Amino acid sequence: MNKIKIRICVGTSCFVMGSAQIQSLEFNAPADIADHIEIVEERCMGLCREIAVKHNHGPFVFVDDELIESATYEKVVAKIREKLKKIS
Amino acid sequence: MLIPKNNANLMRTKILVRLASSYLENKFAEADRIPLELRPKDGEVSRCCVYKDRAVLKYRCMAGLGHCPDEETDELTTLKEYGQKALERRAAPKNKLSVIDIACSACIKSQYVITNVCRGCFAQPCRLNCPKEAISIVNGQAHIDPSKCVNCGKCYEVCPYHSVVKIPVPCEEACPVGAISKDEFGKEHIDAEKCISCGRCLASCPFGAVVERSQMIDVMREIKETDKKVVAMLAPAVAGQFSSSLEHLAGALKAFGFADVVEVAVGADITTQKEAAEFVERMEAGKPFMTTSCCPAYYRAAQIHIPEIRPFVSDTKTPMYYTAELLKQEHPDCVAVFIGPCLAKRAEAEYDPHVDYVLTFEELGAMLVAAGINVDDCPEVSFAQVSHAQGRQFPISGGVAGAVASLVGSKVDIRPEKIDGLTKDNIKLLKRYALKGGENNMLEVMCCEGGCVSGPGCIALSKKAARAVEAYAQSGDSLTVDKKAE
Repeated sequence: MNKIKIRICVGTSCFVMGSAQIQSLEFNAPADIADHIEIVEERCMGLCREIAVKHNHGPFVFVDDELIESATYEKVVAKIREKLKKIS
Repeated sequence: MLIPKNNANLMRTKILVRLASSYLENKFAEADRIPLELRPKDGEVSRCCVYKDRAVLKYRCMAGLGHCPDEETDELTTLKEYGQKALERRAAPKNKLSVIDIACSACIKSQYVITNVCRGCFAQPCRLNCPKEAISIVNGQAHIDPSKCVNCGKCYEVCPYHSVVKIPVPCEEACPVGAISKDEFGKEHIDAEKCISCGRCLASCPFGAVVERSQMIDVMREIKETDKKVVAMLAPAVAGQFSSSLEHLAGALKAFGFADVVEVAVGADITTQKEAAEFVERMEAGKPFMTTSCCPAYYRAAQIHIPEIRPFVSDTKTPMYYTAELLKQEHPDCVAVFIGPCLAKRAEAEYDPHVDYVLTFEELGAMLVAAGINVDDCPEVSFAQVSHAQGRQFPISGGVAGAVASLVGSKVDIRPEKIDGLTKDNIKLLKRYALKGGENNMLEVMCCEGGCVSGPGCIALSKKAARAVEAYAQSGDSLTVDKKAE
């Protein structure tokens, strides 16, 4: 089975606003998902600038090709589980 | 100490970003909207209602502006007014940790409780081992009489069913020096006389009730509203904090308006050399051991809580001191801003004639986000003075002792030990060392477990930051043993 690719934006805005904490997936991801994910650091993708509203909706994380705005650890884990369910 | 996946920490970052933007946009004209924007009417609620959330946020904003919540004299004072007051300040607000009264949940007093898991066994080790005869058997289960219990934890240790639980008070548990305690209403208060500004209570409070005065606005004012040359001194723990190279980060700081950027690792090199020489001198004078002095929280703890250890603490100054001294020799009129992972550095800076302000990495991050600066996009700026491997390894536990050991040479035998985390137990260990000595003769004391990379002002995960620091140290040239010291 192909691993689910988690692309975490580590541009300054995303990193400061919380993607640094989402990186804990690298160290202690829940057992059910730990073996099925691959984590990639992504340089600023410019998404924060595309959004016209002030205080952009970062951190941005892609779970495969699905974008999560205002990403948190919980949101990312939930999305991964959802994907895993679909696959199996 | 930054606990991953912690809402209270994330909210603090958001507040700092909003405050920084509010200053840059219109000098706090709309600052009173911040609590409303962070807790909109139809959004999620974390306390009893959105209005209490906003009230707490207002106090947290006050701290972000450099005011202590207990300075409040009129509840109607607006954040705009607090912002303007902050801009009228001409010196850094004094370091102080305090508790937001209404945010403190007044956790029940720390205690041991016997749960329903108790089987009412025949052996009854809990009852027999209790030194205060506080345990009796009620309805077939053990029961602790709170008026007799002294919280020794014996029952907790001996119960074969693990039926005894400890209900802690997180901030009190975290404070290594007993500086935080309850008032008659159960609310926590910090005794400034005892506080060592380590920030453990702040990091551990699940309600985000502990705040400290930020100097972020003061630094931004110096940059944006004066002609002074404001220089950033980046603590060695910076490697890994912004997920980018230090040269790019230096470029980002210049883009924000800092006149120059220097590495505190350069000062750490000096600390290493002086401390190695001091160590040799002390050992030759027959002293049993020496401890490091660069962790300001430990240094203060030694001064006020562990008087026995004072004669053994190194007299060498900290990397921040030497870096700022060099900087002020070259540019006497500049404004020196230390940027690091540490809250206790703010207290240290008050006694340092060369350091004007102290920021955390989190505050710097908030400033960059507010200014719309992406570190990677900034042109690389190299440092005028390059640090060495020794100075670069200071922020990880074992790094300082390792650096010093590498320069001690063959004249004396150095047996380093790291005291990783200034816990209550480690304070006892230090006291024992002071009274009876021990196996090792070089004690490195770090207040934060894991070293400065776990400091309360960090952005990155400590594990990742530690790797980045190690890689950066390995890429540096090594200082060599000073022939004069040999």
